[in-house]
This record gives sequence, C-alpha cells and structure tokens, in this order.
Amino acid sequence: MSTSEIERQWTTRLRHRVEGKLPPEKMLPDTQPNYVSSWIYVFGVATMSALFVVIATGCVLAIRGPQWWHGSAYGHFINSLHLWSVEIFFFAMVVHLWGKFAMAAWRGGRALTWMTGVITFLASVATAFTGYVSQSNFDSQWISTQAKDGINATGAGAYFNVLNLGQMLMWHIVLLPLAAVVLTALHIVLVRIKGVVPPFEENPVVENAEVSQ
Amino acid sequence: MAFILSFAALIPLDSLGHYIHWGWVEISVANFIIIVLMIAAFIAAITAPFPGRRRRKENR
Repeated sequence: MSTSEIERQWTTRLRHRVEGKLPPEKMLPDTQPNYVSSWIYVFGVATMSALFVVIATGCVLAIRGPQWWHGSAYGHFINSLHLWSVEIFFFAMVVHLWGKFAMAAWRGGRALTWMTGVITFLASVATAFTGYVSQSNFDSQWISTQAKDGINATGAGAYFNVLNLGQMLMWHIVLLPLAAVVLTALHIVLVRIKGVVPPFEENPVVENAEVSQ
Repeated sequence: MAFILSFAALIPLDSLGHYIHWGWVEISVANFIIIVLMIAAFIAAITAPFPGRRRRKENR
C-alpha cells in the first residue's frame, strides 16, 4: 500500500484530525490558567463525581431488582445512595450552570460547550423523571398518573407513555443515562479543546470584537 | 440504631408535606429550602476565596 493510499484512509485522516484538535498535553494538561481556581469548577467536578455514584448505585439496583431495594436494609441503603447522589448531582449542576451563565461561558467559540451542558441538564431532568416513575411503589404510581395528562397534552404521550412501567424503566436505565454520560463526556472534551473561558477583563480586545459583530 | 431513629424523628416523614402559599406561587418547604441552599452555595462559590489562588498569582 502506497503512502498516499494510507493517507487517504479514514482511520488515518480521523487520527490526524483528533491529534490536531486534542493532543495528549491538551487532553490531560499539567497546568491551567489562574482564573480556573474557582469554586464554580469545583461544583462542575462535584457534578461529575455525583454522576459516577449515580451510575454505580444504579448498576447495583439493576442487578438486584425492586424486591431487593424495597425489602432489605442493604437495598434501602443503596436506593438511598442513588437518590441522594442524584440530589447532589442536580444541586452541584445548577450552581455550576448559574456560575457559567454569569461568566457568559459561551464566549470565544464555546457555544457548543455551553449547549452540550444545557442539553445534558435537560437529559438529566428526563432521566430523574423516569426514575421517579420507575420506583415501582405507590409514589411512582401517583407521580405517573399526575404526569400523564401533562405529557398527553403535549402530544408526546403516544410515544412516551408514563403509565407504561416497562417503557419508563428502559428509558431510565438505558437511553437517558447513555445520553447523559455521552453528553457529559462530550462536554468535558469540548472544555479541553476550547479551554476554560477567560474572565471578561482578561481579553478586552476580543470582547470588543465580539460585541461589534 | 437508636441514634439514627432519634435523628430521623427530627423530621416527621410520615405526615403530610408542608407547603408555602404566596399568591399563585405554591412550593413545598423542602423544595424551597433546597433552592435557598443552592442560592447560598452559588453566592459562596463566587465570593469565597479559592485556597492557594493568591499564592499562585504571586508566583506568576
């Protein structure tokens, strides 16, 4: 195989593209700018850490099943860990979101980073909702019967039936967690590619240029 | 176990939820407390000094 043929292969082109966009020193940097020393990013990392606990405890719940998480002390404990890690996940995510909104974190070509964060938030809300209706107890029955009219009023009820436990459970444990994890990974990769947004006063020339567009 | 039960007794979980009514706004006390805590955490996050930041600035 000639050199030009090798260069034309999609694997070669993709590798060059990834190497150009995200070299190893950018993916796992040794240092960060001084303005990254902010509690707002601690809340971002706390969100990721909570997501890790949510997924890990969710896996345990999936292995053991509803009888176990409703009927045993250890099951109650893991179920509670799953709930409270979700609470921390949303708490930290909202504080991170408010902080990034105040920083106008979409500046400097970071719109995709901002939007992946927004869509991750929306996917997480849907994941939490399907979790509430998948508990398989009176609470989930109450929530699903209360929610069905609202969902049906949007027209989505034909495809997304909150009274269908099997469908809600599949959304909760397969589709939506997959979306949340993939979007979070994409968000972090974009943060690495574009870098953390600088404060307003750090780059006044660029800021003026953006305003004049 | 007794300690856990006495701690749990501080918050009655087997009674009806408490709600705040303010005009057309209706929110549970639990959700209201969470929102207040999130606002407090946000204010603390943007005002509290980050450990080591000043030292790094001086080293630059």
